[in-house]
Amino acid sequence: MALDDIYKEVILDHYKNPRNKRELPGAELRCHANNPLCGDEITVFAHVEADSVAEVTFQGAGCSISQSSASMMTEAVTGASVDDAKTLAGKFRGMMAGEVEPDEDSFGDLVALKGVVQYPIRIKCAVLAWDVLQDALDGAGSASGAQPHSV
Amino acid sequence: MTDHVGGLDVEAIRRDFPILTRTVGERPLVYLDSAATSHKPHQVIEAEAEFYRRHNANAHRGMHMLGEEATEAYEGARATVARFLGAPEPETIVFTRGVTESMNLVAQGWGRAHLGEGDEVLITEMEHHSNIVPWQMTAAVTGAKLRYIPLTDDGLLDLSQLGSLLTERTKIVSVTGMSNALGTITPLRQLADAAHAVGAKIAVDAAQLAPHSPIDVLALDVDLLGFTGHKMLGPTASGGLYGTREVLESMEPMLGGGEMIHEVFHDHSTYKPAPYKFEGGTMPIAQQVGLAAAIDYLEALGMANVRAHEEEITRYALDRLLDAGATVYGPKDPSIRGGAVSFWFKDVHPHDLATILNEEGVAIRAGHHCAQLAMRRYGVPATARASFYVYNTTAEVDALIDALDRAQSIFG
Repeated sequence: MALDDIYKEVILDHYKNPRNKRELPGAELRCHANNPLCGDEITVFAHVEADSVAEVTFQGAGCSISQSSASMMTEAVTGASVDDAKTLAGKFRGMMAGEVEPDEDSFGDLVALKGVVQYPIRIKCAVLAWDVLQDALDGAGSASGAQPHSV
Repeated sequence: MTDHVGGLDVEAIRRDFPILTRTVGERPLVYLDSAATSHKPHQVIEAEAEFYRRHNANAHRGMHMLGEEATEAYEGARATVARFLGAPEPETIVFTRGVTESMNLVAQGWGRAHLGEGDEVLITEMEHHSNIVPWQMTAAVTGAKLRYIPLTDDGLLDLSQLGSLLTERTKIVSVTGMSNALGTITPLRQLADAAHAVGAKIAVDAAQLAPHSPIDVLALDVDLLGFTGHKMLGPTASGGLYGTREVLESMEPMLGGGEMIHEVFHDHSTYKPAPYKFEGGTMPIAQQVGLAAAIDYLEALGMANVRAHEEEITRYALDRLLDAGATVYGPKDPSIRGGAVSFWFKDVHPHDLATILNEEGVAIRAGHHCAQLAMRRYGVPATARASFYVYNTTAEVDALIDALDRAQSIFG
């Protein structure tokens, strides 16, 4: 194990300068979850237009892994179709389970989080935002949106 | 190096703990997480193994020699625990599987027998969840109300409003003896007197206090006191609950089953007297025997020496952490606090800090420490926590401080 594998520059950059970290007024999808082990929390706001994720933002507090993962996620799924975003969420979880080899094309910066797999206790941190996104998107099309849940 | 901190020969103590010779990666283990669980000396490991090797049988059941030996060892452990806590007789000690079970037994066994609509239970904002959630569960069933003693900015109990919080409606005060999240030591005798003055009982969660400080339940004048073995050099699933005869007899059992009954009929059962009516099913027998060995070990060191060592190493750790620029949550005066030191190091999130320190062989806890009310009080979702015990040295505090530099270089 080497700390360089987990604290890569791109992760620290997203942690220190998070992208799309703001509330999204009028977002029809909004979901919140926390990690009861550590208190990390993420709220994801999404605006869906014509089956595409037009805009995604997040709010939250937590460690560098949970917050950078959320920041990268917003960049990765903005503009994608709802189905593609859900597929990516599935692939990301697969990568964190050590089952999916990430491809640069769909993963982009997210590849940087692969090193977290070596730190099993931190995997939940990386996956938190994606679980919330999945919940939010699962609510797409329903009038009330997704219900909050805990991981 | 020799390290005679607070009257303990720490180097000699360390030789008794086999796990302390292992490494983490290529680094020596620096274990600063004893508030979560302590390590075990070979005397304890050996006592538990010896029970299984030579005496294993169910206690209070076997009509044979092994059964008698197992019962004798189990009841001997009860007498050892009673002596350790200053309890007047072994029958005032109920064995449980740890303090969570003890506090649930108090909240259910005492609470359901004594609480009703309009009654109040007074706890504090620095409680471990195991002294909050059981009361919430009991409150939901009985209609009793839960009230909280707040905390000062310095991490102490704010007793200025005690007069309005502790009234004739209060039926029990249930408090930690030493906070696992802030280190704060509770003025137990003062609260016991105040509780008794309004006719209330007082229960203590001594999960952290019992391992680190001499306890005399009669001098403290507490009615109930739960403790856990694995934080005081004993095996997991060992521990118990002290209670006065009167209070224990007034409590309902929590677990019905074998060995806790006197007689069973179609429509009802009669129970054994305390403490046996609370020990349904086969108990962790070898573990309580191991706990007795842990107590023998601690008594040989002397609990006053254990406390003095803790105070000294905590003072050193507080000085060094504050010097390094850490923010410490909880009292800064080692004489009124234990050795669980909660902190933030600059802007490094506790989880990141724990991961980085682990790389240097330093084991700390990061999280809310099952004390979310205290975390919320100080506006943090989590803290890093270093905690100490009889085997820790000031050199290990130095290793912690050195490892902080690595965190700074990554996140700085």
